Amino acid sequence: MTTEHDIAPPGAAARPTTGRAPRRPRALGGAAARLAFLGPGIGYLIVLLIVPLALIVGYTVFRRGRFGGVVYEATTENFTRLFDPLYFDIVVSSVRTATLTTLIALLIGYPTAYVIAGLPRKWKTIALVAIVLPFWTNFLIRVYAWVILLSGPGLVNETLTGAGLIDEPLQLLYNQGTIVTGLLYSYLPLMVLPLYAAIERLDPQLREASANLGARPVRTFWSVTLPLTLPGVLTGCVFVFVPCLGNFVIPEILGGGRSIMVGNLIRDQFLKARDWPFGSTLALAVIAVLVLLLFVQAWAARINGGAEDRRA
Amino acid sequence: MSAVPDAPPRTLVGIEGVSRRFGEVAALDDVSLDIRQGEFFALLGPSGCGKTTLLRILAGFEAPDAGRVTLDGADLLALPAHRRPVNLMFQSYALFPHMTVAGNIAYGLERERLPRAEVRAKVEEVLATVGLSGQAGRRPHQLSGGQRQRVALARAIVKRPRLLLLDEPLSALDKKVRAEMQLELKRLQHEVGITFVVVTHDQEEAMSLADRIAVMEAGRVQQVDQPVRLYERPATPFVAGFIGANNLFEGTAAGDGLVVPALGTLPGGGGLAAGTPALLGVRPESVRLGEAGILTGTVADVSFYGGVSHIAVRVPGHDRPILVAAQGATRVRPGAEVGLGWSAADAVLIAR
Repeated sequence: MTTEHDIAPPGAAARPTTGRAPRRPRALGGAAARLAFLGPGIGYLIVLLIVPLALIVGYTVFRRGRFGGVVYEATTENFTRLFDPLYFDIVVSSVRTATLTTLIALLIGYPTAYVIAGLPRKWKTIALVAIVLPFWTNFLIRVYAWVILLSGPGLVNETLTGAGLIDEPLQLLYNQGTIVTGLLYSYLPLMVLPLYAAIERLDPQLREASANLGARPVRTFWSVTLPLTLPGVLTGCVFVFVPCLGNFVIPEILGGGRSIMVGNLIRDQFLKARDWPFGSTLALAVIAVLVLLLFVQAWAARINGGAEDRRA
Repeated sequence: MSAVPDAPPRTLVGIEGVSRRFGEVAALDDVSLDIRQGEFFALLGPSGCGKTTLLRILAGFEAPDAGRVTLDGADLLALPAHRRPVNLMFQSYALFPHMTVAGNIAYGLERERLPRAEVRAKVEEVLATVGLSGQAGRRPHQLSGGQRQRVALARAIVKRPRLLLLDEPLSALDKKVRAEMQLELKRLQHEVGITFVVVTHDQEEAMSLADRIAVMEAGRVQQVDQPVRLYERPATPFVAGFIGANNLFEGTAAGDGLVVPALGTLPGGGGLAAGTPALLGVRPESVRLGEAGILTGTVADVSFYGGVSHIAVRVPGHDRPILVAAQGATRVRPGAEVGLGWSAADAVLIAR
C-alpha cells in the first residue's frame, strides 16, 4: 500500500511563461479552467498521497509507544534497525525476488509482444484482449487458484502422478519459486502491454533497412529493434518491479505466510508488532528504491531514442 | 570508374515471368525486364501498378509467386535480403534515429567486418561525395529533409552495391531541392558507376533521370524504352495517355492514318494493318493553328505560361477539347474559329 507510484502529475507546474501576453483576462480564465480540470486530481493526490507520505516520513524519526502509537521523541534507531541483518536481508531478498520476476517477465513478455505486434489487425485485438482477460477476475481468487493447482493433491501433482512421472506429490507451494510464479502470473500483462506499444510503433522499414545493409535478423534485433524499444522495456520493467517489490498478498498466500518479502514485513510492523515508526522506515526504504529506479528509467529513456519522434 | 560507352549492353538484372498476387489482386503479372549494367533505369507507373512490389522483390523483402530473378546470371531469389549486393534508398529514408549520421552510414560497412579505420575513411569519403562533411556527428532529427535524403543515399552507396534501388527519391523534397538532387543523382551515378533503379509515379522524375524507363500498369509492363522514344512513339494506349499531354482519337487504322467516323481521316504514321482498331496520338506542340486544317473548331480557353501558351479547342464530334501548345504569346482569343493541322510524321497510330 505504501508503494503506489508517486509520480508528480506532469504539466501541473509547467505554466507557459511567454512574456507580454496581450490577452491577460483570457489567460486568467485559462488558469481558472485549468484549475477546474486539475483541481480534483491534485486534491486527491494531496489528501490521499502526499499527506500519508508526509506522515510516513515524519514517523521514521520517532520512537514507538509501548502499546503502539507514536511517541514524539526523536531517534535514529529505526534507521539503524533497518540495517539489522534480520530486516535488511528481507529487503535485499525482496529486491532480488522482484528483480528475478521482472527479468523473467521481460524474457517471456518481449517475444510475446513482438509476435502480437506482427499479427494481422484482427488477431492483434484478440491477442491483446486475451492478455488483459485475467484482470476481469478478482485478483485474490486468481492467486488462490494457484494454491489449488499446486497443492499436494492439486491438479499439477495429480496429473504428474497420473502420468507416472513422479511417485510422490511434489512440494510445489510455499517457496520462493511459488512466489515468483504468482508474481509473474499476476504482473506479466503489465510487461507485455508497454512492450507491445513500443514494438508496434517501430517503423518496420527500419528493420528492412537493417537487413538491406547486410544485418542478419539477430543483429537487426540487437542493433535496431531493441535499442528503439528500450523505453518500452524500461516502462514494462518498472510496471512489474514496483508492484512486485511491495506485494504482500502473494507471499502471504503462496509463500506460506512467513515474512519473506518486505511487503509482509511492513504489514506486520503496522498491524501485528504495532511499530509504526519502524514500519514507516521500511516503507520509506522501499520508496527510496523505487524512486531510484524511476530516475534510472527516465535517464535511460532520455539518452536512448528519446529524440526520435519529438520532431517528425 | 571508366564508363565504356560503346560496349554492348550487358544484362545485370534479369527478371523473367515474375508474378505476385495479394489475395485477389495481381500486383505483378508475368513481368519480364532486363536491366543493364551501369544504366539508370526507372520503373514508372501510377500507384498500385506493382512497381513497389517489384522493388521489394529485388531487395528481398518480398518473394514472387512465380518467375526468376537473376543478378549477373546467378539466382538472386535464393539469397536472403541481408546477403544481396543490392541496397535500397527508402522513400521515408528509414534512417536509424538512435544513431548519428556517421553511425547510420557505417552500419552497413560494420556488417562486412571491415577494420575500424577503413570504415571511418569510407564514411568520410561518402559524406564528402554527398556534400555532408562536418555533419557526421548529428542525429537524423537534427537534419533538414534534403540532408536526410543525402544521408540515406550515402548509406546506400557506401557499400558499393551492384544495384542501387531508389524508392520515389525526390517525392518528399520541395521543388528547389528536387532540381538540385536530380542533377546530383545523375552526377553520382556517373561517378560511382553503380546501376540505379528508381521507382516513381512521377513521369518528370523518370524522364529527367533515367536512361530507360519501364512503364507499368496494373501489374504489367506496358513499354520499356528511352524517355524520348516513350514520348514520341508510345506503344500502348496507356503509355500514350500517361506520358505527357496528348490528344487521342479513337478509330480504325487506314493506310495513311486513322478513320474516325465523326471526323473523317486523320493523318498519321505507324504501320498498322488497315482495319485494326486504333488510337491516334498527336502531341499539343505538334498541332498547328491556322485558317484551315485537318479539323476545325472553336477556341474554348487560352492560358499563357510565359514560354508557351496552351490553347484548348473544341471540335464538334470529339468529346474532349484538343490541346495546342504554341510558342510564346498567342493572338487567338476564346470564341475564335480555328483550323488545326499536323504532319503525318508527328502523329502516332497505336493499336487498341
